[in-house]
Amino acid sequence: MTDLDELKITKIEGTAIPVEGNDIDTDRIIPARYLKEITFTSMGNYPFYDERFDTDGNSKGHPFDDPRFQGASILLVNKNFGCGSSREHAPQALMRWGIKAVVGESFAEIFAGNCTMLGIPVVTASATHVQELMEQTKSSPQTAVVIDLEHQEIRYGAAPEPTRIGLEIPESRLKAFMHGTWDSTGILLSNAEKTKAVAERLPYISGFDGG
Amino acid sequence: MAQGTLYNKVWDSHVVDKLPTGQYQLFIGLHLIHEVTSPQAFDMLSEKGLSVAYPNRTFATVDHIVPTDSQARPFQDGQAEAMMSALEKNARKFGLQFFSFNTGQQGIVHIIGPELGLTQPGMTIACGDSHTSTHGAFGTLAFGVGTTQIRDVLATQCLAMDPLKVRRINVNGRLGPGVYAKDVMLYIIHQLGVKGGIGYAYEYGGAVFDRMTMDERMTVCNMSIEGGARVGYVNPDETTFEYLRGRKFAPSGLAFDKAVEYWRSVASSPDAQYDDVVDFEGAAIEPMVTWGVTPGQSVGVSDRLPDPDAMSPEDKKSAEFAYNHMGLKPGSPIKGTPIDVAFIGSCTNSRISDLREAARVVQGHKVANSVKAFVVPGSQQVKQQAEEEKLDEVFREAGFDWRGAGCSMCLAMNPDKLVGSQISASSSNRNFVGRQGSKEGRTLLMSPAMVAAAAIEGRVADIREFLS
Repeated sequence: MTDLDELKITKIEGTAIPVEGNDIDTDRIIPARYLKEITFTSMGNYPFYDERFDTDGNSKGHPFDDPRFQGASILLVNKNFGCGSSREHAPQALMRWGIKAVVGESFAEIFAGNCTMLGIPVVTASATHVQELMEQTKSSPQTAVVIDLEHQEIRYGAAPEPTRIGLEIPESRLKAFMHGTWDSTGILLSNAEKTKAVAERLPYISGFDGG
Repeated sequence: MAQGTLYNKVWDSHVVDKLPTGQYQLFIGLHLIHEVTSPQAFDMLSEKGLSVAYPNRTFATVDHIVPTDSQARPFQDGQAEAMMSALEKNARKFGLQFFSFNTGQQGIVHIIGPELGLTQPGMTIACGDSHTSTHGAFGTLAFGVGTTQIRDVLATQCLAMDPLKVRRINVNGRLGPGVYAKDVMLYIIHQLGVKGGIGYAYEYGGAVFDRMTMDERMTVCNMSIEGGARVGYVNPDETTFEYLRGRKFAPSGLAFDKAVEYWRSVASSPDAQYDDVVDFEGAAIEPMVTWGVTPGQSVGVSDRLPDPDAMSPEDKKSAEFAYNHMGLKPGSPIKGTPIDVAFIGSCTNSRISDLREAARVVQGHKVANSVKAFVVPGSQQVKQQAEEEKLDEVFREAGFDWRGAGCSMCLAMNPDKLVGSQISASSSNRNFVGRQGSKEGRTLLMSPAMVAAAAIEGRVADIREFLS
């Protein structure tokens, strides 16, 4: 159980970084040319690369290069974030840059699944709440933000009276983080016998020869 | 909750267990891999000291990084060569069948799966590529997955998944002349939005789908993910069975008859219940062209570009972003927009029927001087078939380049790229900023026949006028 205890994720605390806009696709999060590396090791250098730098490599002032947001660990986004390609390079790039959780209005399915597999909680909040949190972060980048999965709320601003907003996360993902089972290989492997039984029952596995 | 649909039947027959999280452990009947998203998964496997649990259920090919002009090894691009070598090494090490160049069966993973008869009704399929939804054309549940999930499939032949809702999308009646499967899907995405499918599997049906060939159904299912739906499918029918008959990995003889019986049984029941049902009329669909930077930002070819001021605040913001990138003006017609590059290819539209239709348009014409045009068959087998039919000659005589099989300029992970702010007419699936290899590059998605017409005119043309 110790292993799972270490993997439990119940709360993420840090400062936040807003990246505004709907339908930000994974090609924008990481351009395809950086997918030609056979490991994920260097992906932290590339998030939003083409939106951050002009052709000469000069910074265009993207939040990821804004000194005020350096060290942030909570990414704030709008609707349908991570749509498009299934490339895990996108969450890998964000994670290796320093992102530990993402708050948005909605997420593309594959992206959210990929984040979960990496232990990055992806949670949704209402459009109004996301907007208010973004505004707060833009005016006071050092605002402390807490993603509290256990109490299913986001808190930000000074204690003792921080602003509290509700967060939503699918039940199964919440449990995976709370129980430390988001890395699914172990649990899937433990069902090897049941897996074999399903395979034997499926007629196409034996080529329909009645075997 | 949907009941009695193909989605329910296939899901239920593949559930291994309900996990403590409430997710389900789902057996994956067919796993397809390619060079870009698999090397890290094999590394993770080795780090955990694991092997491939069901090596005869995983098949590999190479497509994304393949140069389409010359496939001589080593590739000129050292990174591409490293990816190819890693896949060769992993296929050897774990005993996986690899459809490489020497087999004559290499190609885009979503072209070769069906072509080889690997993709069969009633299967669950996973591949580290979002366009895995293509295989749903056969009545499968086909999931695009990330690399860590590839690791899980390799190690256990299973995925941990949450169930989806099911939306039935009927396209009734008939399509007009010059309207293709691509137009049907661009229309559906335009109507339901790029996020409309989040949380849903799309079941496509109605008279238009009943009449479609398998190639056409694959074009539609391919772009389910562009509408936000991870999974899209068509119920298997006689068209499906006849397509599969005689394919390399399809059952044969008595086994084929038994298979058909099974395949029939997985189709949605007549009294199936859906979480949502949407109806469209085929006659309402025009040849479609995208003008923006999401596949939902499209118009009929005879329409004018939409006015952001007439949109919801949210759509307006997206439209302004798109207009800013595209350099197009609200209110202007899409027809007549000049293009620089014409690309016929990708897992959406590079099958033999796509090439036949494009060749029919091109026959006897010349590509406009200002346009660079090329055709990239989806697989070595498609290429060979096209050459037997002398389609390559039609394209070459018109001024198109005729290339080898690969993903090419759909995502530009290879030498095929837009340069600067070039505009392409493209038969691919995504018009995202930077998608085709230049961050200023611009993409107009349309059917292969429309791309062919645009190549000849040098600007966006209405295929209906072109053919008449």
